[in-house]
Amino acid sequence: MSIFVDDDTRVVVQGITGGEGKFHTRQMVEYGTNVVAGTSPGKGGQDVDGIPVYDTVEEAVDEEDANASVVFVPPAFAGDAIFEALDTDLDLVVAITEGVPTQDMAKVNKRLSETDTRLIGPNCPGIITPGESKLGILPGNIFEEGNVGLVSRSGTLTYQVVSNLTERGIGQTTAIGIGGDPIIGTSFVDALEAFENDPDTHAVVMCGEIGGEDEEQAAKFIAENMDTPVAGFIAGRTAPPGKRMGHAGAIVSGSGTGTAESKISALNDAGVPVGDTPNEVADHIEDFL
Amino acid sequence: MVMKLHEYQAKDIFAEAGIPVPESRLASSVEEVMEAVEEIGYPAAIKAQVHVGGRGKAGGIKIAMDEDEARQAAEDILGMDLKGYTVDRVLVEAGVDFENELYVGITMDRSEGKPVAMVSTEGGVNIEEVAEENPDAIAREHIDPAFGLHPYQARKVVFEAGIPRDVAFDVASFLTTLYDLYESNDASDIEINPVMITSDRDIVAADAVMNIDDDALFRHDDLAAMEEDAYENDLEAKAGEYGFDYVRLSGNVGIIGNGAGLVMTTLDLVDYFGGEPANFLDIGGGAKAERVANALDMVFSDENVDSVVFNIFGGITRGDEVAKGINEALESFDEIPKPVVVRLAGTNAEEGMEILNTDLVQVEGTLEDAVQRAVKNAQEVSQ
Repeated sequence: MSIFVDDDTRVVVQGITGGEGKFHTRQMVEYGTNVVAGTSPGKGGQDVDGIPVYDTVEEAVDEEDANASVVFVPPAFAGDAIFEALDTDLDLVVAITEGVPTQDMAKVNKRLSETDTRLIGPNCPGIITPGESKLGILPGNIFEEGNVGLVSRSGTLTYQVVSNLTERGIGQTTAIGIGGDPIIGTSFVDALEAFENDPDTHAVVMCGEIGGEDEEQAAKFIAENMDTPVAGFIAGRTAPPGKRMGHAGAIVSGSGTGTAESKISALNDAGVPVGDTPNEVADHIEDFL
Repeated sequence: MVMKLHEYQAKDIFAEAGIPVPESRLASSVEEVMEAVEEIGYPAAIKAQVHVGGRGKAGGIKIAMDEDEARQAAEDILGMDLKGYTVDRVLVEAGVDFENELYVGITMDRSEGKPVAMVSTEGGVNIEEVAEENPDAIAREHIDPAFGLHPYQARKVVFEAGIPRDVAFDVASFLTTLYDLYESNDASDIEINPVMITSDRDIVAADAVMNIDDDALFRHDDLAAMEEDAYENDLEAKAGEYGFDYVRLSGNVGIIGNGAGLVMTTLDLVDYFGGEPANFLDIGGGAKAERVANALDMVFSDENVDSVVFNIFGGITRGDEVAKGINEALESFDEIPKPVVVRLAGTNAEEGMEILNTDLVQVEGTLEDAVQRAVKNAQEVSQ
């Protein structure tokens, strides 16, 4: 078992003929992802490594039965691309693009609430179910099949924690990077809920960072709704207020909200141990299993 | 990230949209200030144009009642250091005879994923303090981004805030105009504190904060042209040129990494192992050799830095490119300025380790080991 993606996921890559789109399509296919189509407006009829390219997502769904998309479209057009995907009733849309205007995402968010589609991202590394399918840019070789779920706001921090787990022989059911933007589709709570309902996920790692209140909401959800044990990590303990640390969402506001202390204490209160180092998170997970 | 507009720039945009603002002139010398006050008359406000909050408390805003006071204010403010920024221009503005001061703001509520309009009768003071001590004093209304702010919502939030009834409709229509500006300019926030109600019961925007979502600047050439480089120090200016996400801190361990979360984690570990981070520097995803070399140049330019830790976990970033960049940067020195610890993992890390000139750097296999070694190096160098 796994969450959101598996062997049956049939992927259309939006922006398949661009540099990033083409490169990561190859990486995904190499990993075993079932990439059935790509889109690139005006380039319908071409192919990328034998994968048919269509002008619209609708055609890719009609012709190839795609049920998920990965968006590699540049930021100026990414909002439009996500709308296109949402209008075809896909099960899952994974938006990798970094730098999508916030007001575009506010409109996407509104439309999303009217559909049954799950959006992951934007500005995220994607999602992987080891041994089955990978949608996004995560390096497949560091993952291993197993029983730990992982959800994170950051890409490379995910890789760090995963490697700490894999080195000890602890594999993963599914790992999700939810993205570092202020407005995102899938939240910590959404991912935690899915892991809680997955019988094969025996423990969960949650990697948060400064900014916003998503980690506090996740802590509340864990305390009230989860039996599966969760271990946490929070990046940005040393971040000064008012300075954005890379991610658009990673900022401690002048009034002191979004601090690492607030997130760590909320998690601790929910019974979630928070590691001082990524390796300590792996220690906690090892204790759970 | 946001692009900050100066007060005078935001007021130009407001005025064009029909929002009343006080008569004003921009001045960059004492003479220009004196010419401006002569035209505008007294009382006049002399206001520093820098991207700093709390200008008034910091001495960046003064009211002049006559020529002597205007000259004194101009001399005091022009050239002053305001929280790290040098004031090179002031806005000279006609004083407003007001009866009420309101607060009006529009921002993105990230937990709802929607913009929110905020109105309060407690304007003219620090609104964050009001929000903390008396949150009910600020009325809020969420806005559906697909439809915009409906007129009834503007009226509702104005009535809820307890705005005097004789000006309530005017304030509501003011708010509607403000939301149109928020949307059409891809603003991340607009804040007017205070909005003044004059003795004639007119509404005037006495201050203006407007920040633009810089991810949306590609569709706003007019706003992009208003961008003025304003950095707190030369290093942040240099980072701007190189296109790095960079924040300078006060410690002596220089930090370079890829991906915001992992770089933050590296900072946190430096602190955890008893060191002090000198900076946050994210080279981003997929960096090529030249960018890696620029990152090292960046960190070596900080005189506080006594040691450097380079932590890369490659996804789209390739270890061989990183190694090439490190070699290029370090081979150009006769003597390595400060010890550099390198940790490479992920995509092409093995190829990278083969390429890396280990005569020039110290190599560690794990994040923890790399950070501990860099902290130790910094302690030795600074002794």
